[in-house]
Amino acid sequence: MSTPRRVFDLRLTAFNICKSYNGEPVLRDCSFSFDKSGTYVLMGPNGSGKSTFLRICVLLEEPDEGEITYFSGADVLKKDIELRRRITLLLPRVGVFNATVFKNVAYGLRIRGIKGPEIKERVDEALEFVGLVRKRNQNARLLSSGEIQRLGIARAMVIEPEVFFLDEPTASVDQKNTEIIEDIILKMKERGKSIVVITTHDIAQANRLADWLLLLKDGKVIPSRRCAEAY
Amino acid sequence: MDSIIEGFIKAFSLIWDLDREFLDIIFLSLKVSGTALLIATAAGLFTGALVGFKRFPGKDFILGLLNTCMGLPPVAVGLFLYLLLSRSGPLGFMGLLYTPSAMVTAQSILAFPIVASLCHSAIVSVDPIIRQASRTLGAKPFQITLTVINEARYGIMSGITAAFGRVMAEVGAILIVGGNIAGYTRVMTTTIALETDKGNFELAVALGMILLTISLIINMALYLIQKRVMVAR
Repeated sequence: MSTPRRVFDLRLTAFNICKSYNGEPVLRDCSFSFDKSGTYVLMGPNGSGKSTFLRICVLLEEPDEGEITYFSGADVLKKDIELRRRITLLLPRVGVFNATVFKNVAYGLRIRGIKGPEIKERVDEALEFVGLVRKRNQNARLLSSGEIQRLGIARAMVIEPEVFFLDEPTASVDQKNTEIIEDIILKMKERGKSIVVITTHDIAQANRLADWLLLLKDGKVIPSRRCAEAY
Repeated sequence: MDSIIEGFIKAFSLIWDLDREFLDIIFLSLKVSGTALLIATAAGLFTGALVGFKRFPGKDFILGLLNTCMGLPPVAVGLFLYLLLSRSGPLGFMGLLYTPSAMVTAQSILAFPIVASLCHSAIVSVDPIIRQASRTLGAKPFQITLTVINEARYGIMSGITAAFGRVMAEVGAILIVGGNIAGYTRVMTTTIALETDKGNFELAVALGMILLTISLIINMALYLIQKRVMVAR
């Protein structure tokens, strides 16, 4: 966006995260630190626990054991609304509000009490970034699935998250929209304003986007050089 | 047949002349039903949202009760309210029997379960992904609640429309607790019932036409609002 509105210094560390569903362990003593700006790509087959790990990182779910700790400089942050407002997750299925594209993107700003011209400026900038300016007054539910993913990215970007998690952002879109979304993610990397964490099981995509490749294997996050190791 | 035609002619003349008694009846009807609808909407939306969002013991029982009460017989409600408000009843000291307030209370009781139950259905029908999306964008719990209610607005409007139909058409309960006192508690539906009984069709037909017209206009307005909120611009 136009000018940084805060210092982007958020980092997070996952300590020994364990999570099971119906007695079936998904994450086992999973530890990792996201501490450098850039794009982390987390790979793993379906059901390996990528989404669960992201949902725990973004505080949507509690781990059975272990802890997620957020740091700002040397400070450990409380898991309150102020922290939640500095991170976000693009869900695999974007929850589109029954409103215009503009109002959808403006949502995160309105709930933060931002009003008037600043909303318009920031929303238009985000829509421009994802190529949806022409659709700003259209009902968001009438968008195509690719456009809905881009709307989700704009809606998250407008609030300038310091850690931006994207859970399989291109899983449900066609080749053309996949390329558009990858371009958007690469542009986000150029801006360098946040830590971006993406999950995917597309090896080629991981290679195109990643600064750091991570594998989720046997319930653990492992740094890797080769995507093929995930399978 | 002649008397019916004559009734229609006299009815048109009553409407045309804007007869004072006739206007008083219409305004009181709108005042009583409008107030009851407002009370039922406020209480019903709150209850529907509470049951929709919160988990607590007895929730299923309350839901079952609300659903059952959607079909409350008006005459029975009128009777029990009469017993409560009559001079020897537990609330007799309030002196509400045969007043517009008693009529508002009766209609609110009838409309409340409709609004509450349909609001609850609308709220729980909202895709859970909306709550999660709202949360991931940094909404506080109260803001998430408002977002879900906003997404449920089409269903909520349906509930209010159904409740409006109920209160406007209601006659049994308000006849019992209002007493159909001329110039004080006489409303359109009770007047139509009374005048039809007496064979004075002109006033009954005129009020019937007005009642139908008002119902059609308000329902059409509510439908247009619903249509607008369904695919919001």
